Amino acid sequence: MSSMVEGITAKVGLATCGLAAGAQQVADAFSKEGVHVWKVGCLGLCHLEPLVEIQKEGYPPVLYSKVDPSKVSLIAKASAAGLIAEGAYAIHGARGNWKGADIIPRLEELPVWKLQTRRVMSNCGVIDPQSIDEYLAVGGYSGFKRALTISPEQVIQEVTRSGLRGRGGAGFPTGKKWALCRNSPNTPRYAICNADEGDPGAFMNRVLLEGDPHRVLEGLMISAYAIGSNQAYVFVRAEKKLAAQRIAQAAEAAKDKGFLGTEIMGTPYSLQVNVALSAGSFVCGEETALIAAIEGKRGMPRARPPFPAQAGLWGKPTNINNVETLGHVATILANGADWFAQVGSEKSKGTKSFCLSGRVALTGAYEIPLGTPARVLVEELGGGAAEGRKIKAVQTGGPSGGCLKAEELDLPLDYETLQQAGSTMGSGGVVVFDETACAVDIAKYFLGFTKSESCGKCVPCREGTYRLHEMLDNFSKGKGKEEDLEKMVYLGQLMREASLCGMGQGASNPVLSLTSKFREEFLQHAREKKCPTGVCPMR
Amino acid sequence: MAYAGNRCGSCQATYPVKSPALKRALEKAATRPGCLMMVLEALQEEAGNLEKSDLEELSQALCIPLSEIYGVATFYHGFKLSKAAKHAIRVCTGTACHSKGDESLLAVLRDKLGIEPGQSTADGRFSLEVVRCFGACALAPVVKIDNDIHGKVTPESLPTLLERYT
Repeated sequence: MSSMVEGITAKVGLATCGLAAGAQQVADAFSKEGVHVWKVGCLGLCHLEPLVEIQKEGYPPVLYSKVDPSKVSLIAKASAAGLIAEGAYAIHGARGNWKGADIIPRLEELPVWKLQTRRVMSNCGVIDPQSIDEYLAVGGYSGFKRALTISPEQVIQEVTRSGLRGRGGAGFPTGKKWALCRNSPNTPRYAICNADEGDPGAFMNRVLLEGDPHRVLEGLMISAYAIGSNQAYVFVRAEKKLAAQRIAQAAEAAKDKGFLGTEIMGTPYSLQVNVALSAGSFVCGEETALIAAIEGKRGMPRARPPFPAQAGLWGKPTNINNVETLGHVATILANGADWFAQVGSEKSKGTKSFCLSGRVALTGAYEIPLGTPARVLVEELGGGAAEGRKIKAVQTGGPSGGCLKAEELDLPLDYETLQQAGSTMGSGGVVVFDETACAVDIAKYFLGFTKSESCGKCVPCREGTYRLHEMLDNFSKGKGKEEDLEKMVYLGQLMREASLCGMGQGASNPVLSLTSKFREEFLQHAREKKCPTGVCPMR
Repeated sequence: MAYAGNRCGSCQATYPVKSPALKRALEKAATRPGCLMMVLEALQEEAGNLEKSDLEELSQALCIPLSEIYGVATFYHGFKLSKAAKHAIRVCTGTACHSKGDESLLAVLRDKLGIEPGQSTADGRFSLEVVRCFGACALAPVVKIDNDIHGKVTPESLPTLLERYT
C-alpha cells in the first residue's frame, strides 16, 4: 500500500444501480491506488451513481458523484493532502478542515437529503450489507432481542399501536394481520417475506435487500415469533440475483450468531429461515399465488376465503409481509410504537420509501413521511421534470394504480387520498411522465403488461385485459371509436368487481384513471385521428 | 382445504438420475417439499436451459407428472426451454424504461441482429428478449447482457456495447 493514501477509505455503493453505472470499476481503481474500499449498498441517490464517499480521519466525509475510474487517482491524491477534488457533490456534516470545502454544499442542506426522513433506509449505503457485525454496531437485532423478552401478544400489540400498514400495496394494518394468523388454531404456522418485487418502476425492496438485508431478516424473525412460527421463507425473485444472494447470506450469518436455529439466545424459541426463489411472474405478488409458487406449482391465485392467515402454505396458517413492512417492524420493536407514529398522517403512520423514475430530473429511492404532498417528492426531491419540460402526469401504484395529473400533485401521499384520487399507493413506485407522453400510450403500455402477466385463471382478467389492450391499440392506430371509451369504462369496472385476485381487480385502474383524467386526449385520438404528442403511430 | 402437493423430493434417492446437470441440481435444491421451482432454477443454472430429456428424468426423480413440470416451466418468465445463445440480451420494458425510449433500443437491435424478441441469431451469438424491470429504473433505459446491467443506454451507444460480447 502506498503511504500517500493511508488513513483514507472510499465507501463505494455497489448495489445494482451503482453496478449498472460502473461502480465496480471505480472500486477496483481505488483498490489499485491503495485506498481501502468499503463496500456498501446504495444511498438511493441513483442519479448520482457511481457515488463514492471519501472518509479521512479527522475530516468529515465527502461525497463524490458520477465518479469514473479516470478520476479516482486525483480524488485519492487530493484527499490524502486534505484537499477537495473536482467533482465533489456534498459534505456530510460540518465542513471541517478540508481545503476548498467552502464552496461545497452540505448534504444536510440539499433538498434531496433534507426532505427525507430516513428510517427503514437509514443503513442503506452506510453499512456493509455483508457484515452482520456492522449491522449489530448500529443497533441491529435489538428489536428482535427485545421481542424475545416480551410475549408474542405484546409484540403484536406494539406493532398494532404503531399504526404500521402493509407497504406492499393494500395497506392492511400489520398488527391486525398478525393477530388473525396467531389466532388461527391450526399449526404449524408459516411466516413469509414477500420479496417478489415485480411492479415495474418500484425498486425499494431491492435497495433494502441489497443494502440492509439484516433489517428485513430481523423483521421477518419478529413476525415469525409474533405469530408463533418456527419456519419462515423469503420469497425472492431469481432475476434480482444480488438481492437473493444478500438475504441468503444474511440468514447464514444470523444462524452463525445464534439468532436463528434452536433455543435462540437461551429462550425456548426456535426458527429456521429458507430462501425460495421466484422465477418471475407479476401475479406471484398476490398472496395465494405466492404460496402456490413456494409449493412448487404454477403461481396462480385461488379464491379467498380461506385467507392465508387460516389456510396458506401447505394449508396451514401463514402470514405474508412485504420487505419494507418487515424493515419497519424491526425499527418499531427497537424504538417503540410511539417513535414510529411520530411522523406520518392520521391514518397512515410512519415513513415510506418511494422510487422516483421516468422523466424526472433526480431519480432515486427517497424515504419520506406518509402524508407528504406528492409535489414535495416529485418537484423538490426529484427536481421536477427532466430537461426543463412540464410534468403531465405521475403514475403511482404501478400497473394496478392510476395517475395524478400535474394539478393534483398537492395531494398528500397516503393510502386513502390516493385511492380517492383514483390511484393506489402500491409498493411506492412513482413514474413521472412529461408533456411528451401520450395518455393513450401509457394506458396501452400498462394493459400490455397486465395482459401478458395475467395468469389466465379467471375470465374477467384474462379476457378483460386482452380486450382493453385491443381497444387501446385501436386508439393508437387511429381506429378508435368514441363509443369504445364508454365500453372500456364499463369493462374496467366489471373487471374490478369480478376478477379473482387483486391483480385482475386492479388491472383496469390505469385505463379508468387515464380515460377520466385525459378524456379530451382520448377523444382527439378517436374523433380527429390525431395523437397530440405524436407518440402513437395513428395508422 | 388447499391441496398440499406434498411431493417430497426424497424419491430421487431411488431413481438413478443419468444427467449430470440434473444430478447436481437435485443435490443442491431438492431439499424440501415443493422444491420443484428451486430444482428447475438450479438445473437452468447448470445447463443453461431446461432440456426435455432432463425434465423427463426430473419427472421420474420427483414423482411429478411431466405435464405438471411443463406447466410450471412455461408459466414463469425465468425458465427457458430452448438452447441459450452465447450471449443473452435482455431489454427492460418496465415503466421507467418505456418512458425513456426502450422502443428505440429494440428497433436498433431488430435492425442490427435481424431478430425479434424471443429469437436467437442464426450464429447462436445473441438471443433477444424483453423483460419487465430489473429494478434499476433510475438508470433507465436499461439493457442486461448476460449478467451485466447497462444503464442509460442510447441507440447510439448500443452497437458499441454489443461489440464487447463476441
